Amino acid sequence: MPTQTTKSIYWQGVRDGAPFILVIVPFSLLFGVVATEAGLNVLETMSFSVLVIAGAAQFTALQLLGDGAPTLIALVSALAVNLRMAMYSASLTPWIGEATLGQRAIAAYFTVDQSYACAIVAFEQNPGWSIRQRLAYFFGVVTPICPLWYLFTLIGALVGTSIPQGLALDFALPITFLAMIGPMLRTPAHVLAALISVVTALVFAFLPYNLGLLVAGVAGMMTGAQAELWIEQRKAARQ
Amino acid sequence: MSIDTADLWFVIIALGLGSFGLRFVFTGLVGNRPLPPWLLRHLRYTAVAVLPGLVAPLVVWPAATGGSLDAPRMAAALVTLAAGYFLRNVIVAIVLGGLTLYGGLALFG
Repeated sequence: MPTQTTKSIYWQGVRDGAPFILVIVPFSLLFGVVATEAGLNVLETMSFSVLVIAGAAQFTALQLLGDGAPTLIALVSALAVNLRMAMYSASLTPWIGEATLGQRAIAAYFTVDQSYACAIVAFEQNPGWSIRQRLAYFFGVVTPICPLWYLFTLIGALVGTSIPQGLALDFALPITFLAMIGPMLRTPAHVLAALISVVTALVFAFLPYNLGLLVAGVAGMMTGAQAELWIEQRKAARQ
Repeated sequence: MSIDTADLWFVIIALGLGSFGLRFVFTGLVGNRPLPPWLLRHLRYTAVAVLPGLVAPLVVWPAATGGSLDAPRMAAALVTLAAGYFLRNVIVAIVLGGLTLYGGLALFG
């Protein structure tokens, strides 16, 4: 695509990120409400969303602190939920590793499920993009997502408990992630990795501190990599 | 129960620093040094290995129902996944999943 400029790639990122507004808004609103119900003031609630910027980990920490779990357990569990960020970081490294240290630090701060999921698909589809274009795309995806994450946490904290239970906002997170997973299942290796991840996560759900998710992540990655090797070998054998 | 303010700030700041560390560990410290092919092959499956495992317990044991299997939520999950897979469109999948959830809750909830 010779007509692609860095600016048009930025806007492509904005467009790809925009659908997630539908998810980010209820999810951050919910965090603001739940945090306020747990007794946090506006500054504490906002600090959570700005410093941590990871909904699942924020909910985990809040839930455990509210249940009276030891502080260190709450911290370690929330970090375990966020361990997938290290996997995302590793996965993005071959694509944005050439950027300056400052750019990589800013990209690292904004590495969230949605920016990672969009970026990895776009980078694989457009291997010819320059490092500037990749960063433009990445920050394009972030543009409609992260500012709204802060804003609706604030609104949630301010409206507090006036959100009706019937909205079933608890299911905003699973629906978002499932919608993101569908298009990622591009090859039999991806499907197998996802299946093993689901089964392993359910089997090891009894493990404390969300360690089951880590086991599932490692098992899924090994399955995908091994399946890819098998498929390549079978192709080579047929030729 | 109320949360101790000092404990809360400790968790907020430590979780913020720790989360940034996790996000920065490879992008920041590895940079453009080449990674071995076997590692890259594993990394290609990061998203499909982590996200389904994150979602599966939330679908099978939803917190909102006290952890018991719930027909509207299960139906919404299956519709969302199928729509995302066959239509390759995230936003349509979210809308269809949401409609299924609210429809199901209105019928059975």
